[in-house]
Amino acid sequence: MNGIFGQISEFFSYSFALRAMAVGGAVALCAALLGVSLVLKKYSMIGDGLSHVGFAILALSSALGAADVNLVITIPVVIVCAVVLLRITENSSIGGDAAIAVLSTLSLAIGYIAMYKAGTNVDVGSYMFGNMFTIKEGEAYFSLAVAAVVVALFVLFYHKIFAVTFDENFAGAAGVPVGGYNIMIASLTAVTIVLGMRMMGTLLISALIIFPSLTSMRLFKSFRAVVISSSIVSLSCFFVGVVASHIISIPPGSAVVVTNGIVFAVFSLIGFLKEGMVKSNHKKGI
Amino acid sequence: MSYIICEGLALAYEGRPVVKDLSFNVDPGDYMCIVGENGSGKTTLVRTLVGLKRQMSGRIIFGDGLTKRDVGYVPQNIITGKDFPATVYEVVTSGLLNGMGIRPFFTKDEKKRAENAMERLGITDIRNKCVRELSGGQRQRVQLARAICAAGKIMILDEPASGLDPVITSQLYGIIKDLNENDGMSVVMVSHDIPSAVRYASKILHIDPVSSFFGTADEYRKNRMGKHFLGCTCDECKGGAV
Repeated sequence: MNGIFGQISEFFSYSFALRAMAVGGAVALCAALLGVSLVLKKYSMIGDGLSHVGFAILALSSALGAADVNLVITIPVVIVCAVVLLRITENSSIGGDAAIAVLSTLSLAIGYIAMYKAGTNVDVGSYMFGNMFTIKEGEAYFSLAVAAVVVALFVLFYHKIFAVTFDENFAGAAGVPVGGYNIMIASLTAVTIVLGMRMMGTLLISALIIFPSLTSMRLFKSFRAVVISSSIVSLSCFFVGVVASHIISIPPGSAVVVTNGIVFAVFSLIGFLKEGMVKSNHKKGI
Repeated sequence: MSYIICEGLALAYEGRPVVKDLSFNVDPGDYMCIVGENGSGKTTLVRTLVGLKRQMSGRIIFGDGLTKRDVGYVPQNIITGKDFPATVYEVVTSGLLNGMGIRPFFTKDEKKRAENAMERLGITDIRNKCVRELSGGQRQRVQLARAICAAGKIMILDEPASGLDPVITSQLYGIIKDLNENDGMSVVMVSHDIPSAVRYASKILHIDPVSSFFGTADEYRKNRMGKHFLGCTCDECKGGAV
């Protein structure tokens, strides 16, 4: 056991590891909060689509030699895409899922062409599956600041986000600007995805959005409990996943997703057993 | 002065005109039922009244100091999301958003209002239950409580009794009537149950593509249109409405 603790304390002595933990934790928290609303609104795939758009933009800006201003360019463009995707999803005459699939694959293709043309020394794997330990100090501060804004907005507008997520018609009739809140949620999601995709990769970042709330919904029945549980699940899975990946030498992004998957299975099992117990109690007349 | 005055209203549903030249008014203390055949535009009218849709032409005027904030809306069977985690308390308090503005949290007074609304509808004991575990009648009570939180003066309901059994339906109508008579809440309700509508309501708005009727329930009973509809549905409704 000493060996494992030794490895853990060694891991935390590196500044790049601490940086990854701080930024990753912040992103995991934002993703969990927004995920509750996105999953309940059946917008889970938007996150996935946006990460592919983000990939295309990152690849293009790198190819054009603008790698230093990556985030500054990527965030606004992905926000615009988020708003467009939301509009398409709301408009039932065009299939939202088809639109997202088309945008995702097109973005992947364009991004890959850009990387291919730019030269040989680009690591496609790190774009796809993330590279947690290459975050620079400036990026880390920027990410933390943006994440703080996301969390603050979520807390400030918590009741409105609940109302808009639960019943758009009622909220709209009560004078809540539903469209505005939808755009806010989509934009915050876009920002979170751009911040997180460097660490988790294009293909894995949407797991951070979807898993924690789905997991929490297995057990909790109030919106508030699901929000709190998602945050805790997301943060715990992130930290456990990254530390475990270091100990058993596997890619950290993938380890975080697998940890989320395991917790989901555990929560599902507990939820299933709980429901079974309630049912059998009903039968016995308790 | 009237709370709501509609003049020469024309409405469209998915680009297709459904109602034209509709004029009526809702006064303080009114209990108005909107009836009409399926697809005649009842829901469209209600959605327009609460500001979710725009009319094609005509005017809707809020009078007597009524603002959007005084309107409590009960949409058609909302609690459909099967997996939605939300407790009764969370749903009822979401009705408080009307007067909240930019403020992020509820005040003590607002919470008290939610407590009173739950008390009023007898759902205090299930406040921590998830809405997806409730029966149809309980869900409608939750919806009503939420609308009470939102409404100061007028409540607009879209077929609140749809899918409920006759006993629960008459309980629901009783609650609504009580709100109207004892709390002075004006009620605008879409209904396809014409005998009950005539029994409870003071005013009837019958929407028809050719010529709509607007008048008191008594006038409607004597009217050709009312006679026709009351006669037609009589046999079906003997069980539920009387």
